[in-house]
Amino acid sequence: MEKKLKGFLEECYNAVLEGDKQKAEKLATEAVKSGYDPYLVIENGLVQGIEKLGERWEQGTCFLPELVLGAEAVKAGISILQEPILKSKAGRKNLPRVIIGTIEGDIHDIGKTLVATMLSANGFEVIDLGVDVKSDNFVKMAKKYEPKFLCLSSLLTTTMQNEIRVIEGLKKANLRKKLKVMVGGAPASLSWAKEIGADLYAENAISAVKVAQREIGHESKRK
Amino acid sequence: MNRRPKLELLDKRRIEQIIDDALELLSKVGVFVENKEGLKLLDEAGAKIDKKKKRVHIKSELVQRCLKSAPKEIKVYDRVGRLALDLKGYNIHFDPGSAALWIYDLKKDKIREPVTSDLIRFAQLTDGLKYLKAQSTALIPSDVPKEIADRYRLFISLLYSSKPVVTGTFVKEGFEVMRDMLVSIRGSEDDLRREPLAIFDCCPSPPLKWSDLTCQNLIDCAKSGIPAELVSMPLTGATAPVTLTGALIQHTAENLSGIVIHQLAQKGSPIIYGGSPACFDMRTGTTPMGAIETMMIDSSYNQIGKYFGLPTHAYMGLSDSKTLDYQSGLESGIGAILAGLSGINVISGPGMLDFESCQSMEKLVIDNEICGMAYRLIEGIAFRKEPPFLELFKEEYLEKGFLTSPHTLKWFKEEVFFPSQVIDRFNLGEWLKKGKKTAVWRANELIEKIISSKSFDELSTEKKNELFKIIQSDAKKYGFDQELKKRFKSL
Ligand code: B12
Repeated sequence: MEKKLKGFLEECYNAVLEGDKQKAEKLATEAVKSGYDPYLVIENGLVQGIEKLGERWEQGTCFLPELVLGAEAVKAGISILQEPILKSKAGRKNLPRVIIGTIEGDIHDIGKTLVATMLSANGFEVIDLGVDVKSDNFVKMAKKYEPKFLCLSSLLTTTMQNEIRVIEGLKKANLRKKLKVMVGGAPASLSWAKEIGADLYAENAISAVKVAQREIGHESKRK
Repeated sequence: MNRRPKLELLDKRRIEQIIDDALELLSKVGVFVENKEGLKLLDEAGAKIDKKKKRVHIKSELVQRCLKSAPKEIKVYDRVGRLALDLKGYNIHFDPGSAALWIYDLKKDKIREPVTSDLIRFAQLTDGLKYLKAQSTALIPSDVPKEIADRYRLFISLLYSSKPVVTGTFVKEGFEVMRDMLVSIRGSEDDLRREPLAIFDCCPSPPLKWSDLTCQNLIDCAKSGIPAELVSMPLTGATAPVTLTGALIQHTAENLSGIVIHQLAQKGSPIIYGGSPACFDMRTGTTPMGAIETMMIDSSYNQIGKYFGLPTHAYMGLSDSKTLDYQSGLESGIGAILAGLSGINVISGPGMLDFESCQSMEKLVIDNEICGMAYRLIEGIAFRKEPPFLELFKEEYLEKGFLTSPHTLKWFKEEVFFPSQVIDRFNLGEWLKKGKKTAVWRANELIEKIISSKSFDELSTEKKNELFKIIQSDAKKYGFDQELKKRFKSL
């Protein structure tokens, strides 16, 4: 069994490296049938694949389409593996939840979507609110879904100011201490994050994942 | 007449094929329009609108009609009223790349946020650089409320340089304030219409979409007669097909849809066929302006714009480097030269680094030389009939050399472009003696000289006050009017 499981996880890992969504889905279905621990399959199989691709991407040996295909494969696998998790009330361990969106007045979404994709491929549950998201709406959704992270993307200096309004809104709704606010996008920076009282900043999608993982005390297993 | 050297990547057949494909795309797939007024205009013109999807199918006849009414030449005048840009044919004009988030501070070797004093110096420097025919609102100030940054830039530009301005607004509310400033300089809306002082960028959202804001900008420009510049930016493989031809088809369709909306809002209003496409980098997820394929798309869509007889624009002569190095020079040089050879009427880019994100004054000074060389290149090679050529090779010259021959004296200044001290042409010994300076530091030394020596056309006190009133009443909404008053006490 041990050996079989190891081989199985390896297959999951490879399916992600190959960006093979169908294979990932097939493997996930098989895992559910065989009664493998879904968390184990996610974390030691699929997610390790995407971490490897992320590493390669940072080194410049993996291209973006390959990275995104890998991420899509992971997402597809996770959505199948999640079913038994959601069903079993006992031992329910939710995936860390993230709400993400582009700030009010701003319609740039390429970077935001990449961040959302990479987060969900790395075992986060991502709720993507899209672009031009009203400050109130961020707060409303945060109240409703109680995420661990609220991710704000802004590409325009004129509208990045609205991030302050989101943070004010969170304070008013007594939500500020319950989640971490992460900001990003071309004009954002660590000092901007500090200035507006956000918790975290990341310069790209891969480091957004790392920063979020570090926050929740999750360390990559494969070195 | 000299032969004007030209770069043409597409032949006529290919141009026509791309246009046909774009027209089919517009009629079959259509464009998304998120703006109410835009949708209404299109509806009234008989375009088929899928109301639920907000998608508009535009027929070829409507496109042709709007192309016909768009002016084939646009003249832009400086603040004093002199003709500065004559946008037609193969005329070229350079202006600094606009809307940088950062400025590169050479002395500190640091990329930092720009402040008002940077904006002032940048405008003054641009004013003094001969080969930049227009200025642009090149820097985003960090020392004013972010909400008014777009129009504050225009205020500073108009105060400190008389060159016309390539600009644009980031939010709907920005337009009126900016238009009022321009009107206050000219005297009336009609005068501004007659003698445009600024060009406004309007960006469709790739693929094939007009967002509420940018569509409104386009309509506002049309109505006020301020030249609109279409900045369509297919990003290959990200927001557009990955092939250069695929990106060109999308670019053509986006531009044509813009022209239709614009001309429906106001027939005959000036519009520029332009863009800022990029060959999306599949390794880093960035939008390189220095990629050769980016420039190939630019040069080609410019040919398509010319086929329609419209003035054209592109972002070229800029670099993705984060510092002033070999990369920044080579990408800017290649871009400016290709743009010159392509005959692009408005070439925005000088000074810019880091994917349109960072400006550098030193680079602006260096790029000014590149622009000068581009102007020289497109003049081509002159055939001078006088004197008969054999006389050029008289015995006397063959013996003594040509240095002081009447022929040399007559022509050497005309035949050759003389760059400033930025370009080093001393011999080694001289260069060593002068302190082994690089082009970047030579440029740095020139900045002060240009800013302090330039006797630019001051705006009258009366006009200054008018301008100030406009920005002040806008600033008041953000509680910034008192600070502004302190800052511009001397006006
Ligand atoms: C493509 C683009 C557009 C496209 C966007 C298409 C789309 N679907 O998104 C279109 C044409 C629509 C567009 C429109 C405009 N744009 Co624009 N655009 C760009 C451009 C060239 C590239 C942006 C991009 O997608 N990059 C690729 C992605 C992958 O990178 P990214 O977004 O930076 O994201 C990465 C990181 O930043 C980070 N990240 C992003 N979000 C988040 C969030 C979190 C939480 C984290 C942790 C990380 C993170 O991770 C991402 C992946 O690595 C930039 C130039 C630049 N240097 O950024 C200008 C730029 C942002 N635009 C600019 C402007 C001015 C505009 C317009 C106002 C122009 C106009 N007058 O019409 C309009 C704005 C309309 C609006 N209200 O939003 C300016 C902004 C200047 C300023 N001071 O604010 C820029 C800088 C260009 C310039 N110098 O003029 N634009």
